[in-house]
Amino acid sequence: MNFLSLFVLIPILTMGGLFLSKNLQQIRVVVATGASLLLALAVGLVFAYLGERGAGNTAEMLFTADTVWYAPLNIHYSVGVDGISVAMLLLSAIIVFTGTFASWKMDFLQKEYFLWFNLLTIGVFGFFISVDLFTMFMFYEVALIPMYLLIGVWGSGKKEYAAMKLTLMLMGGSALLLVGILGIYFHSSTTGALTMNLQEIAQAHAMPENLQHWFFPLVFIGFGVLGALFPFHTWSPDGHASAPTAVSMLHAGVLMKLGGYGCFRVAIYLMPEAAKELSWIFIILTGISVVYGAYSAIVQTDLKYINAYSSVSHCGLVLFAILMLNQTAMTGAVMQMLSHGLMTALFFALIGMIYGRTHTRDIREMGGLMKIMPYLGVCYVIAGLASLGLPGLSGFVAEMTVFVGAFQETDTFHRVFTIIACTSIVITAVYILRVVGKLLYGSVVNEHHYALTDANWYERFSTIILIVAIAGIGLAPLWLSDMIRASLGSILAALQ
Amino acid sequence: MEYTILILILPLLTFLALGLLGTKLKPTTAGCIGTLSLALCALLAYMTAWQYFSMPRVEGVRLPVTPFNFEWLRFTQYLHIDLGILLDPISVMMLVVITTVSLMVHVYSLGYMHGEKGFQRYYAFLSLFSFSMLGLVVATNIFQMYIFWELVGVSSYLLIGFYYTKPEAVAASKKAFIVTRFADLGFLIGILLLSFYTKTFSFELLTSGDTSLFAGAAGTTFMGCSVMSWAMALIFMGGAGKSAMFPLHIWLPDAMEGPTPVSALIHAATMVVAGVYLVARLFPVYYFETPEVLVLIAVVGAVTSLYAAVVACVQTDIKRVLAFSTISQIGFMMVALGVSGMEGHEGLGYMASMFHLFTHAMFKALLFLGAGAIIHAVHSNEMSHMGGLRKYLPVTHITFLVACLAISGIPPFSGFFSKDEILTATFMFSPVLGIVMSFIAALTAFYMFRLYYNIFWGKESTHEHTPHEAPKNMTLPLIFLAVVTLFAGFIPFGKFVSSNGMEYIIHLDWTVAGTSIVIAAVSIALATWFYKGSNPIPNRLATTFSGLHRAAYRRFYMDELYLFITKRIIFNCVSRPIAWFDRHVIDGSLNGLANVTQWLSYSIRGLQSGQVQQYAYVILFGSLLILIVVLLIM
Repeated sequence: MNFLSLFVLIPILTMGGLFLSKNLQQIRVVVATGASLLLALAVGLVFAYLGERGAGNTAEMLFTADTVWYAPLNIHYSVGVDGISVAMLLLSAIIVFTGTFASWKMDFLQKEYFLWFNLLTIGVFGFFISVDLFTMFMFYEVALIPMYLLIGVWGSGKKEYAAMKLTLMLMGGSALLLVGILGIYFHSSTTGALTMNLQEIAQAHAMPENLQHWFFPLVFIGFGVLGALFPFHTWSPDGHASAPTAVSMLHAGVLMKLGGYGCFRVAIYLMPEAAKELSWIFIILTGISVVYGAYSAIVQTDLKYINAYSSVSHCGLVLFAILMLNQTAMTGAVMQMLSHGLMTALFFALIGMIYGRTHTRDIREMGGLMKIMPYLGVCYVIAGLASLGLPGLSGFVAEMTVFVGAFQETDTFHRVFTIIACTSIVITAVYILRVVGKLLYGSVVNEHHYALTDANWYERFSTIILIVAIAGIGLAPLWLSDMIRASLGSILAALQ
Repeated sequence: MEYTILILILPLLTFLALGLLGTKLKPTTAGCIGTLSLALCALLAYMTAWQYFSMPRVEGVRLPVTPFNFEWLRFTQYLHIDLGILLDPISVMMLVVITTVSLMVHVYSLGYMHGEKGFQRYYAFLSLFSFSMLGLVVATNIFQMYIFWELVGVSSYLLIGFYYTKPEAVAASKKAFIVTRFADLGFLIGILLLSFYTKTFSFELLTSGDTSLFAGAAGTTFMGCSVMSWAMALIFMGGAGKSAMFPLHIWLPDAMEGPTPVSALIHAATMVVAGVYLVARLFPVYYFETPEVLVLIAVVGAVTSLYAAVVACVQTDIKRVLAFSTISQIGFMMVALGVSGMEGHEGLGYMASMFHLFTHAMFKALLFLGAGAIIHAVHSNEMSHMGGLRKYLPVTHITFLVACLAISGIPPFSGFFSKDEILTATFMFSPVLGIVMSFIAALTAFYMFRLYYNIFWGKESTHEHTPHEAPKNMTLPLIFLAVVTLFAGFIPFGKFVSSNGMEYIIHLDWTVAGTSIVIAAVSIALATWFYKGSNPIPNRLATTFSGLHRAAYRRFYMDELYLFITKRIIFNCVSRPIAWFDRHVIDGSLNGLANVTQWLSYSIRGLQSGQVQQYAYVILFGSLLILIVVLLIM
């Protein structure tokens, strides 16, 4: 068996273990073991991948395996990774791991919670290792559905409304996506031997251009909904605000990346002519996302809303960069996915920890927390600095790669939108410093807050891992950037 | 000279150690670690300077040395960010300035910050700042400079907001960061434009005088200006933000909320001159490719300098006076660069600017540290709470006086030499500009001595307890800096730094020098007359010109203007409507869609009631209806 399948198998085994475990202690042991194995596997994969590439293996996908799953429609369970999926798998493993520890003190229905959590994990990992459109779509759906229950049952505030809204909007996106995928499938080959395999479809390149014009927007919007594409992003603030901590982390950190990854791997890779032709529409929309999200974040008072709008802005930049259709910007897009995933997970983890203590997320009802919980305060400042693109943390390298890449497009249209996107670095600073100033600095607003305690061991553990990852990318970006860049060959060749 | 890398590594390690260990260390231990590591840095910097300047010239030119460079991040085939160390006359000079002032501030803070909560954090941030600033000046390429540029911005943010429970400090730190960030946006776009056309970030290539690099941009214009002018003007915008040039200066006076030694280090001697350093670094590009931007730089510098000098004359908070004086002096440096040429005697402005940067760093740090000693003694920043302090603070008094004389341009103090070179250069460029700058020099002497007399002479105000002189570890740095200020003017600066790397022989132009001495003397005399005793004239003048006085006191309403733009326009007219639009229009239409669907299904669900009689009726009437329609059509 191919070892990539372990990414799916481990969460399945964890679920089995959960069924068998009898008390909270056992549940914790099982989920911690599962998450640790996944993280170890992902780190191992990075080394194995780099080793294989270093040894001169130039195949597009490494560690491939293929099993016929449903012969009449030529559907395969087909896996393989390139530098981009390796990066995404590493991100997912880190976030699942830290998310598990952030849910350590889940207070009711722990077993069920972790069951759904692991089902979601299966979907996420399955999506990133698949190279077959159908399998990919199936895992995509597997990742979306548990979200409904995780928010609806374990959430807070208007959780039923938020869960319903999020699910319906994402399902709406899936509907468009399904049509798009069927379209791709039925034009996957000139010889009549239809296939779902991404590489084969790209090589055959059989879809006529006029049809691409129909299916490209469907697929792009379908994935774009999950990537918070304006104006289909409104599930994000409500969804994040109601979701429990670890679910917010996983959702903003990983699930939103499924959107970007899909746009990239399916929409652009398989329909390059339409991508070139129609990119302007989506450049406008994503350009709006970038500044619109940032401006909206300035006036929010709920910590999670601020971060959700900030995610709209940052994820907008991901899609924006992908649409520049050049190597540097696309490298930047993937780095931005990674960077945003890590720092937004850190943000949501910290917000959860603060909320768990103060029982409010309204910044007007808090102040001076730095004095009371210095550890969490410092972590929040670090997350904020990463978000506003401080050199040495991951946000900077990602954003700069995107901007330099976008600047390689010389026409006025691209220039104008690039400069508009660049202005987000100022607006981001405004909303980050506003929150930091109100939440952490100044005098303590609420007398009761003096009695609060600072982070405990599992909170420290998960935040430290995220910070190390953020700083690691920020300080030594070259290996990551090179790994991603080297994997863009085939998609760039398709765009030629 | 590989050991220069240690100059960067030492403060970084100190920052990490102090930051991670934090309160586990005793405050004194933390302070000593920080100070020792900086002392080592300073030693290494002096060694570097000695070794660099004793290297033989090649064809009369001091060549740059790159002891260390590696690729950090690759963007495109041509563009990659390197991290490295570039040693050339100006970067070596800056290494000396930064480590010296920083060391003085480290020592001084041992006394000044004694007993403060967060002492360890303070030293950690100081180390972070020293690291970033040193990294900035030795940058081998413009993107490395941008990286450290952002890092100094953050260290400045952290240090201004050091007293984070104080709302003014928090607001000031936020303002400083956001205003400079806005300027950095210009810097970034400038870098992107410049690098797109020249296909390089490297300073060595950009300043090599190779015009073919810029050929790609030829003919590309935007709004009537060449694209290279836009790029270089935008880069200057970044420098203007950090160096507090009008109208981006508004963050600097507020930044005085930080601890006073921090103001001395960051907001007087080192970080705020980063903009000047940036222009100097790219000077050949400005001079050869975009001379019109140099004129812009000179104009901005002159306007800023004049504005700040006028405002400084009426401020009552001693740190604010010094802040505006800093802005004004940086304006001088900018003007000098703006009017400078390249070859031979025309390069006077460049040399003078760097010289002034050097001397100013020393005497302005001295002034701020002196102000710190005064504030330490009387626990107030307001002039009205001072007066007659010369008896209580003799050391501070003498050193402060030395610095005042230096900044006013009285020989033989260092400021005289550097400022005189700047005036000569401006007169060479344009007599009008020369006269304006001389007028500003007169204002400088006036407001500095107004400050001096109001603190040390005049009516003694009542104190809760008798003010006393600062401890040794605070007065020693003052004495050291005063000695430097006394003798720095005699350094043959042109031997070390010049526009084209050749040796520059300084000739004092005695007509300019004589006039400027007379002007300074007259201004000081006027200030003496006004402020030494209790002369009613200043108050009478203030009432007569009350409008002007109030406007100058309120800094010509620049802060109100910014507040209007940020609060009223950005916050209320942009962000709020966008947020409203998002919740009500975009989200509202989605909710509307859901509601319509729900309503529709409610309204047709009666059809599926499950009652057989109803179904029979519907079937009967339906069939009849169809029958009638069919019959009618036929």
